[in-house]
Amino acid sequence: MGKISLRKVTKKFGEVAVIPSLDLEINDGEFVVFVGPSGCGKSTLLRLIAGLEDVTDGVIEIDGVNATQTPPAKRGLAMVFQSYALYPHMSVRKNITFPLKMAGMDPAEQERRVANAAKVLNLTDYLERKPGQLSGGQRQRVAIGRAIVREPKAFLFDEPLSNLDAALRVNMRLEITELHHTLKTTMIYVTHDQVEAMTMADKIVVLQAGRVEQVGSPLELYNAPANIFVAGFIGSPRMNFVTGADADKLNAKTIGVRPEHIDLSKDAGHWKGTVTVSEHLGSDTFLHVAVEGQDTMTVRADGDVAARYGDTVYLTPQADRIHRFGADGKTLK
Amino acid sequence: MARAVTPARKLGFTIASWTVGLVIFFPILWTFITSFKSEGDAVAIPPLFVNFHWTLENYVLVNQRSDYLLHFWNSVVISVGSTFLALVIAIPAAWAMAFVPGKRTKDVLMWMLSTKMMPAVGVLIPIYLMFKNTGLLDTLTGLVIIMTLINLPILIWMLYTYFKEIPGEILEAARMDGADLKSEVLYILTPMAIPGIASTMLLNIILAWNEAFWTLMLTSSQAAPLTQFIASYSSPEGLFYAKLSAASTMAIAPILILGWFSQKQLVRGLTFGAVK
Repeated sequence: MGKISLRKVTKKFGEVAVIPSLDLEINDGEFVVFVGPSGCGKSTLLRLIAGLEDVTDGVIEIDGVNATQTPPAKRGLAMVFQSYALYPHMSVRKNITFPLKMAGMDPAEQERRVANAAKVLNLTDYLERKPGQLSGGQRQRVAIGRAIVREPKAFLFDEPLSNLDAALRVNMRLEITELHHTLKTTMIYVTHDQVEAMTMADKIVVLQAGRVEQVGSPLELYNAPANIFVAGFIGSPRMNFVTGADADKLNAKTIGVRPEHIDLSKDAGHWKGTVTVSEHLGSDTFLHVAVEGQDTMTVRADGDVAARYGDTVYLTPQADRIHRFGADGKTLK
Repeated sequence: MARAVTPARKLGFTIASWTVGLVIFFPILWTFITSFKSEGDAVAIPPLFVNFHWTLENYVLVNQRSDYLLHFWNSVVISVGSTFLALVIAIPAAWAMAFVPGKRTKDVLMWMLSTKMMPAVGVLIPIYLMFKNTGLLDTLTGLVIIMTLINLPILIWMLYTYFKEIPGEILEAARMDGADLKSEVLYILTPMAIPGIASTMLLNIILAWNEAFWTLMLTSSQAAPLTQFIASYSSPEGLFYAKLSAASTMAIAPILILGWFSQKQLVRGLTFGAVK
């Protein structure tokens, strides 16, 4: 079991409220991703759940039991750190065994679990090595191994992939997702990378300045963002925002259209603009278009669009894909 | 761009470093040579390097006149004893300041260091009187206490910098893994800090062994370490260079040998954190 509830959780550092009163439910077995720009309090929130920081006010319940004052060791949670935080003086085997040893587990059972974890994570050949002799990806696996042997109620990941190169990151992303399918344990994952959030999460919690902006499945956030912040943060490339006459016509302060929901034409359309940059990815082409009277807009087009710097293009938003926002930044229904 | 290492440059560097090394080492070498001269040869002008009558008589005389072993033992007790006592106090202090720093931690550290900036002679009279009134004059206990106190700031500073190098996330990981404070210190912190603790310990033993202000002021015979043993050949009987040199050689030999064998550890310790 791994159901975690936060009720009116507040965290202040001195006078600064990093997290002003936050409520959140995390259900058993869910893969929840906390995402937000740096400094939004997502790591702090994770550390509060872990018990590495004390809450200033509010209650944290784990499986219905108040764990607000419980020390980290007794919460039954396992954490994977951004720096991996392996014990440099211990072999991989000892690193993975450490939590079991601390729990006073029977040595035969320790042995069995370590062997099992090593097999799952492809670490069997490296068990006698020291962390210093491993590559970044292998270190990451050891850190995950150390977390899974304990069979915790929930896993906490603090930006675990940010120290890896791009290719490895994609691999590890898949591995962690697969691990979640196998273990079916609650996972809480912190990242600033919305692609990680979209691809891995059952449920995304978008945070800004310690406040929950929206909670929902990746597609809910994509299709029905609650406000301008979520609309701009989720989706890549970013949503285009338009103000002025176009917004007024739709009774909104601002309207938003995603780059993939704009039709491109060489002859006619709603907005006329000039291509400033065209990024050809093969499968797609991203065009950055300077539109008269607006900010630069981004358009996602097919891979074979032959638009170049300086070309004149016409953009037309798909009518049913326009998001409308009020003066307070909230989505208008 | 780095310049190429030509044989000529290499030779130049070799000669330069040997010169610097020899200049630094020369006083010790001279003391060593002088210890084998007669008193007459020792003050001869021009100085004699090798072409004199080599003799061991100074060593024999020094050993007859004073109890080398007693002083040697006192030095060992004072330096090792004070180092261990200081470590017992410094490790928890440095641990607390490195891992649970408060608002005033930096100030406390600076204040501790500032005590080393005061000339020792400034507190000579109060300390002398305290030692006199408590019967600590010329006792090993007294010297261990004073050595512990004067080296404590340096120890805490060194250990503090070592502990600071240990990433906080590792200790947090240990906490998440179920380690209580005891296990954290025993299985994680200490093994990771041992190189630092070892070099701090070595350096402190050397400092305490060589300390010559308090040991001269607070001892006379019973608790006198090797510094007092050397000093006894300088003033009371006039200057006897050959005997003084023999005493000095005997006094510095043990610590020189210790330093020689622990060079690597010492250098590593002193440059810890500077180069990763």
